[in-house]
Amino acid sequence: MEPFIKHTGLVAPLDRVNVDTDQMVPKQFLKLQTRQGYGRVLFYDWRYLPGEKPNPEFILNAPRYKSASVILARANFGCGSSREHAPWAILDYGFRAILAPSYADIFYNNCFKNGILPVTLSNEQIDELFARTERKEGYRVTVDLEQQVVTDDQGLRYSFEVDPFRRDCLLKGLDDIGLTLVHEPRISAFEAKNLKHPAMYEAVDVKHHSDSPQSARHN
Amino acid sequence: MAARTLYEKIWDAHVVREEPGQPTLIYIDRHLIHEGTSPQAFSGLKAAGRKVRRPELTFAVMDHSVSTKNRLLPVLDADARGQFEALERNCAETGVHLFDMNSKNQGIVHIIGPELGITQPGQTIVCGDSHTSTHGAFGALAFGIGTSEIEHVLATQCLTQFKSKTMKVEISGKRPQGVTAKDIILAVIGKIGIAGGNGYVFEYSGEAVRGLSMEGRMTMCNMSIEGGARAGMVAPDETTFAYMEGRPFVPRGKEFQGAVDFWQTLPSDRDAEYDDTLTLYARDLAPMVTWGTNPGMVTQVSDRVPDPASFSDPVDREAATRALVYMDLKPGTAIEDISLDRVFIGSCTNSRLEDLRAAAKVVAGKHVAKSLKQALVVPGSRVVKAEAEAEGLDKVFVAAGFEWRDAGCSMCIGMNDDVLLSGERSASTSNRNFEGRQGKGGRTHLVSPVMAAAAAIEGHFVDIRKWNNVDGAE
Ligand code: SF4
Repeated sequence: MEPFIKHTGLVAPLDRVNVDTDQMVPKQFLKLQTRQGYGRVLFYDWRYLPGEKPNPEFILNAPRYKSASVILARANFGCGSSREHAPWAILDYGFRAILAPSYADIFYNNCFKNGILPVTLSNEQIDELFARTERKEGYRVTVDLEQQVVTDDQGLRYSFEVDPFRRDCLLKGLDDIGLTLVHEPRISAFEAKNLKHPAMYEAVDVKHHSDSPQSARHN
Repeated sequence: MAARTLYEKIWDAHVVREEPGQPTLIYIDRHLIHEGTSPQAFSGLKAAGRKVRRPELTFAVMDHSVSTKNRLLPVLDADARGQFEALERNCAETGVHLFDMNSKNQGIVHIIGPELGITQPGQTIVCGDSHTSTHGAFGALAFGIGTSEIEHVLATQCLTQFKSKTMKVEISGKRPQGVTAKDIILAVIGKIGIAGGNGYVFEYSGEAVRGLSMEGRMTMCNMSIEGGARAGMVAPDETTFAYMEGRPFVPRGKEFQGAVDFWQTLPSDRDAEYDDTLTLYARDLAPMVTWGTNPGMVTQVSDRVPDPASFSDPVDREAATRALVYMDLKPGTAIEDISLDRVFIGSCTNSRLEDLRAAAKVVAGKHVAKSLKQALVVPGSRVVKAEAEAEGLDKVFVAAGFEWRDAGCSMCIGMNDDVLLSGERSASTSNRNFEGRQGKGGRTHLVSPVMAAAAAIEGHFVDIRKWNNVDGAE
């Protein structure tokens, strides 16, 4: 994962609440087997007219937001499906940071696993950022994870909270799995201790049960 | 020890490592995967030269893109075929058990886990799918994860997690006739909004929840995520134990007794404290129908499509305005006057035997409206399908003009060829009415199985309480 330390970029405003991950990557693109290449399909149904012609009504297609790398969004961003294709698409499109008042849980998690920083700001701060983005073409902000601030060149300075552990992983671009594997002895000890726990950790006898005439009963 | 909730008991029992200021490492008992979100996890694992730590604790199934028409025909969609082949290969290479599309136990992942007894009380269960919350109906801690986390579980059988807050969602009193588990959960989401449960795990309780079958409890827990909650749970009780006994992956004999003894320790202690509480009174509930583009945009069947101007919050007003444009609905339209193009009875929310029985009872001896283009019944699993056929439900549906299909996700998500066309309107027993969810430009109204069945007969929504052959069971 690419570390995130500090990023300066053009802001693209997406003025809708509850943007769900079905909109970010519609289902027809969930059948691919890679993590790359989803940038083209980000917000597909909003972004394109039939024949994949850019829909001029959709904000990301406006020339002034071309090459934006920071999404400015509304509440509950990323709700719905757990598909990690959504953050893959956001990253692949070229976004590195998101500014919103709140996020859906799974999506928020998924961002950190992919080197995207979802910044949580207050509603008033988000409103102000929408106003500034609209006012000035080419409006840019700097998102600084080390200092935990969002700044612009007009003196705006908003500090934000982020969990210290997540911050650390993102700053260093750490591999989660590698971090957990350091605790392998603890995992083994846990398994040994709970091996006989009723119905919990005992190995399941898959071979014996698999596709045997099913015995699920009526109730 | 201090009084603890069901959630806290399961959490505590699964802590592998805890350090102040860091997320907790918790052990995962059961891991479910499907073809849609797992290929990248396996390739990541391979690229890093890592192994699957406990392949016998992961179960795989093909559900999202499978055809519900004919499994014997070759899969024509090359991308879907690629995913099926990848899942087969990945499972064969790592020793993960796969219920492939021809297995007699195949079905939607959240239907087969409980049905086969893979899902059990007290477990931690994860799956790369947000509706994993379904399994919480058994008193398990079950939640959806992303693909990076799938890879993490495959490699370590653990996850790093932050503890959630708890909300007790109490449905007090008895459920009125015609009001199902689906209506209860839609009412909850309507009340708190789709982000209302953010950061929480719900525990459903109260007389109306206790009175539900396991099927009904699964329907409620399934949609916890639509209220923003990480998970939903119901404390295990006699209903749970009776459901468990005899299922293929559940221990038998003395071991079963041991398991029940343990399960009985799980319910929240009497003085356990929750971070928040929500109480609804069952007597106030009615059959629900969504009118907008998220599950929180919902109202009672006897109501009308709301006027966006009636929302005090400007953000809600704006969202409602946009939703009505997408849904092509006018404020003030009576819900019962909304006519439909297709009806879908299926999905991990409402495709279990009890759902199909209830729907069949409504349509028996009647016929779907001529104006309808299609009425689909898609059993959640092949086990459900076989059981329904043994009771003759398939014949009831077919005689009434429904199509009777093989098991899969189908028109809940439209990843196979069961889709809503642009501009078409459906009554659907699934869980999401997002823009384009069932097909680009399609308009979805979420309802219970009996409401969907009655709507299919009339061609528009009807208040099921006026039909006297309905007991509202499930
Ligand atoms: S039935 Fe629908 S909600 Fe359930 S797992 Fe399948 S696609 Fe997801």
